[in-house]
Amino acid sequence: MALVSVDHLSKAYGRIRAVNDFSFEVQPSEIYTLVGPDGAGKTSIMRMLCGLLNPDSGRLSIAGHDVSSRLEEIKPLLGYMPQTFSLYPDLSVEENLIFYAGIYGVTGPGFTQRCEYLYTFSNLKPFSKRRAGALSGGMKQKLALSCALIHQPKLLVLDEPTAGVDPLSRRQFWEILLRFRADGVTILVSTPYMDEVARADRACLLFNGRKLSEGTPTELTALFDGRVFFLDAEPTVELVQRINTSPDLRARRFGSALHLYTGKDAAADDVVRTLIDAGMPSPQLREIPPDLEDCFIQLMERAT
Amino acid sequence: MKEHAVVIENLSRHFGQFKAVDRVSLTVSRGETFGFLGANGAGKTTTIRMLCGLLMPTSGGGSVAGFDIATRPEEVKKHIGYMSQKFSLYPDLTGRENIHFYGAAYGLARTVIRQRLETLAERLSLHEFIDRRTASLPVGWRQRLALAVALLHEPAILFLDEPTAGVDPVFRRRFWEILYELAEAKITIFVTTHYMDEAEYCGRISIMHQGRIVELGRPFDIVRRLDAAGLEDAFISLIRSREATNA
Repeated sequence: MALVSVDHLSKAYGRIRAVNDFSFEVQPSEIYTLVGPDGAGKTSIMRMLCGLLNPDSGRLSIAGHDVSSRLEEIKPLLGYMPQTFSLYPDLSVEENLIFYAGIYGVTGPGFTQRCEYLYTFSNLKPFSKRRAGALSGGMKQKLALSCALIHQPKLLVLDEPTAGVDPLSRRQFWEILLRFRADGVTILVSTPYMDEVARADRACLLFNGRKLSEGTPTELTALFDGRVFFLDAEPTVELVQRINTSPDLRARRFGSALHLYTGKDAAADDVVRTLIDAGMPSPQLREIPPDLEDCFIQLMERAT
Repeated sequence: MKEHAVVIENLSRHFGQFKAVDRVSLTVSRGETFGFLGANGAGKTTTIRMLCGLLMPTSGGGSVAGFDIATRPEEVKKHIGYMSQKFSLYPDLTGRENIHFYGAAYGLARTVIRQRLETLAERLSLHEFIDRRTASLPVGWRQRLALAVALLHEPAILFLDEPTAGVDPVFRRRFWEILYELAEAKITIFVTTHYMDEAEYCGRISIMHQGRIVELGRPFDIVRRLDAAGLEDAFISLIRSREATNA
């Protein structure tokens, strides 16, 4: 049975349809990622799942309990880390943990044991007396995660936990998530960054409150319809525009490189010919696999 | 105008015993799109504050837009533009009003502001939404407006801090197409970001670690040199191997 089940969920704010007939399921011990830009509906979905926001229509359940009617049963199962960290900056690392433990009734030896376990992941023990406000971004993030996990929830809901954090801290954070997953925690996490999807078990691409597609990272990139070629070039704006007048070829510039997108039946020779016609002397093409951003852009364009 | 937008040699800044920036040398040409990367605490912000004339070097030095950062910081400030992810636009004003407000703050004459507003509106395709209240605009449009404000005093170099954080990939692409056009007009684009989705749009990038530049080159060359799956993997393996050596 799915641990999280969301069925035909909708939510509007005035005229804006933030979440539009959205359904998905998360299986036990899975890391499931909601990927989309700001305003795609990620936060609204998570807040509705945590019982913090009422849906206009649709059903949500966690471990078989309906979120709207059985919230008290759900609360102990759920750890939620909102976008703006809910830490108390004037309290120390340890005091923040005590505070959150108190809310969930985690006390005595159970609390001490749980803290030791969480410190093995966060490496925050040497800083237990430091004020939360004085921690680095990466450390704050690990403390917020520890607070969300203090009562041993089955499901962890993380809303853009890696926003504003450098790549190394982000990678370490994901390594911690993988270890919690190995301990049986199910994780629902949102991000605006495509490169984070690679580490999830499954991901859902969202745009304008709707699901564009869903699957494993490999399945998602396999959805891309076409071929992608790489070209080492110093393209001018005008050259890119000239190439893009061709009906079967799209050029996108990445700094000193061009990515060329064609239909899946196109031949590399035809691409070379188009480039020569556009004024490139002797283009050396190399086919590259499409990435998730390519896939997202194509799905977005086809959806609108 | 010099051909180099940024030239720094052995630039250092110490805070007590701590070497935040440690003998950094870097040359960025006019019209480059340059990405300045590094982990938190690597020395990026300190370097940029020196480049913007906001902080004096401990030793070494350099020039930005042809002006010495230590002896002529006021000139440097006049010739750079800055755009941050946290937009400084007034939400209750329209785009046009925001531009007039900032133009006046820069001390530009009304006629000059009006002229530049026309040029920028054309170049950045602002016409569609320039008379709407800023708060009501989608984030991608607000970004273009913030870019217009940063360009109003015609800077030679534009410093951008995570300019496309959180926007969808199609908007990001359009925004970068604008940056490429500016670069072709010889405005230097100097980007700091934690996101490789953005860094891949830069012509060249540098990666800073513990106050030093430890990697410099075109993104795809760096990925190839480090035999990495992508730029993020390259970044992480580079920093981790450095930290293993230091340990």
